[in-house]
Amino acid sequence: MQEASLIANKYEEDFDNLSSIGPEWSSDLRNKAMDTFREIGFPIQRKGNEKWKYTNARPIVDVEYSSAKFEKIDLDYIKSIAPWHESWINILLVNGYYQETFSDNLPTNIQISNMASSDLDTNIFRTVGGIMDYSDDGFAALNTAFMSDGAIITVPEGENSGIAINLIFFNQGLSDTVNHPRVLITSGANSTVSVIENYVGGSRDRTFTNSVSEIYVGENATVNHYRLMKETDDTYDVGYGRVRIDTDGTFNSRSFFRGCGIGRYDLNVSIEGENASCDLQGLYFTNDAQHMDNFINIDHVRPNCQSNLFYKGILAGKSRAVFGGTVLVRKEAQKTESVQSDKNLILSPYAEVDSKPALFIYADDVKCAHGATAGNIDADTVFYMRSRGIDLEAASRLIIYGFAGEIIDKVEIPELRSYLVESFLSSLPSHRFEF
Amino acid sequence: MSNLEKLIEIKDLHISIAETEILKGIDLSIGEGEVHAIMGPNGSGKSTLANVIAGRSGYTVTSGDIVYKGRSILEATPEIRARAGIFLAFQYPVELPGVRTWQFLKSAIDAIRHENGQEELKIRDFDKLLEEKRQLVGMDPDLVRRSVNEGFSGGEKKRNEILQLALLDPSLALLDETDSGLDIDALRIVSHGVNIFKSPEKSVLIVTHYQRILDYITPDYVHVLVDGKIVRSGDSRLAMELEEKGYDWVKDGAGEEVNP
Repeated sequence: MQEASLIANKYEEDFDNLSSIGPEWSSDLRNKAMDTFREIGFPIQRKGNEKWKYTNARPIVDVEYSSAKFEKIDLDYIKSIAPWHESWINILLVNGYYQETFSDNLPTNIQISNMASSDLDTNIFRTVGGIMDYSDDGFAALNTAFMSDGAIITVPEGENSGIAINLIFFNQGLSDTVNHPRVLITSGANSTVSVIENYVGGSRDRTFTNSVSEIYVGENATVNHYRLMKETDDTYDVGYGRVRIDTDGTFNSRSFFRGCGIGRYDLNVSIEGENASCDLQGLYFTNDAQHMDNFINIDHVRPNCQSNLFYKGILAGKSRAVFGGTVLVRKEAQKTESVQSDKNLILSPYAEVDSKPALFIYADDVKCAHGATAGNIDADTVFYMRSRGIDLEAASRLIIYGFAGEIIDKVEIPELRSYLVESFLSSLPSHRFEF
Repeated sequence: MSNLEKLIEIKDLHISIAETEILKGIDLSIGEGEVHAIMGPNGSGKSTLANVIAGRSGYTVTSGDIVYKGRSILEATPEIRARAGIFLAFQYPVELPGVRTWQFLKSAIDAIRHENGQEELKIRDFDKLLEEKRQLVGMDPDLVRRSVNEGFSGGEKKRNEILQLALLDPSLALLDETDSGLDIDALRIVSHGVNIFKSPEKSVLIVTHYQRILDYITPDYVHVLVDGKIVRSGDSRLAMELEEKGYDWVKDGAGEEVNP
């Protein structure tokens, strides 16, 4: 463990260095965020810290990190571990920095910029930081203070080309490096866009990825958002998703997390227009000593809206998973329909999940339900399959894939679905149920 | 009849569940092409017998043996028994959420083929076979596309068992109370499936509480199981006699036989 003061000094030093190279338009935003970070620090207190109740951030913050730099990359290797398809617009960012030569040409109909670009539209960058409230979260404050590159996607009104934008944040940092990726997606009225955000690791060393994504769903717009996390075992990955949905808007989120050293995704969806909806579905699987925390909040601000929150977890080894789902239905949000559930398949007696779905309702005319389950597979199920000639290993595989398939089937991009079955699920531990 | 013609021989089989003896010395031989029915009141041990033959865990064999196709199978896993041609139609078929019926059946058929040194069935050939058998048992095509048994009615689940029987084409079919909970139409369809399966090389063991299913599938032999023992064996007329007189009749008779 490093001295806290030394670590703080290192952040100050790096922040000073960054001031000269970061995009100029962001300096006010970054300075304010740095002030907040100095004031609140990291969320490491164990008592009364409901947001980080089951995840101890101490191992992440006790490291003296250097800012990650761009490293040489092997594109074929990246394509072998991350989803990549020629029919998509593939954008590569290495250690947080946009790689123009390795990315596809940007389309003309949808504006995609890297944050460090000098010809950025001033109207766009004013939106950065508009949803992410970092006032009580040191990691998000730090991301904002250090943001220097990332992806900005602006979908014009009525744009419906249906193309998928694939953002690959490839983490190949040297030992004890940190990177702070930033994403902003703004969808205009009546538009539809699909964005895949990948956080994939190619480093065997201890690294830290600290990302923030802000997503505006415009009037009657649809954003299909996919998030994949496939970091290595020594990686810490803390991510924030902040979403605001306007009238008649739809936000569909499909998230897939493979556990890492410590992984956490804090997703907060605010439904701020009437007749809007969000459908958040996710799958996490953890093995060995991995840790994965999903912290999700849905805020029903306006009436006549729907939300669905459906996550599933598969846990093996000595791993630990956390699911904290909170749905808030405000007084004005009458006729809200909300369903929430978290189901876990626990493959090992040493694995543990802390699942805490919560519902706060202040309106009186709503339909809401929530629940959580955790269980193993019963002996009858396995015997049924074996009695048809299917051996234990194949039976276990069918059961696990079947369990995961319920979420993967909801992915509407066929090539991504294939990737998930062939490359993502295959990193599940092979497992035999014993009876 | 020589041993070679016996498909399965159960010899003085004693079975316990957690110290309680459930089967108390069963002797039963089923020859190729024969249909046997085991009848008995609730708790007599008849379902235990079917499940023990299929290899369900949780039972202790305290003595005796089960010899199938000339070899003891007591040490064989359920999947090895299945691949050798033993099929159990479940009293309570299990739901497999997320596991597609198509995928489940393909995995099963390929596992059996692999054991017999055959190649995996080509998808086109499998689809053809599945469609043929589906029509045979009159199963809704939508159900084949769904997760195994998930949200199926009781009758649909039993029909799915018979679809699997038809598809996997075993040597010995064990029907564990397949008739329970079926209406008359479903019973007719299920029985039709079993009757088509029946052949000079295939054997059937029907475990049932009621005589009803035996109106549709005529057994060559009927055995009455009471309190873990076969107390009477006969031909199909025994089933009708039981229907008429009830199980108390054989229970009394059992006493006479043991202590003449």
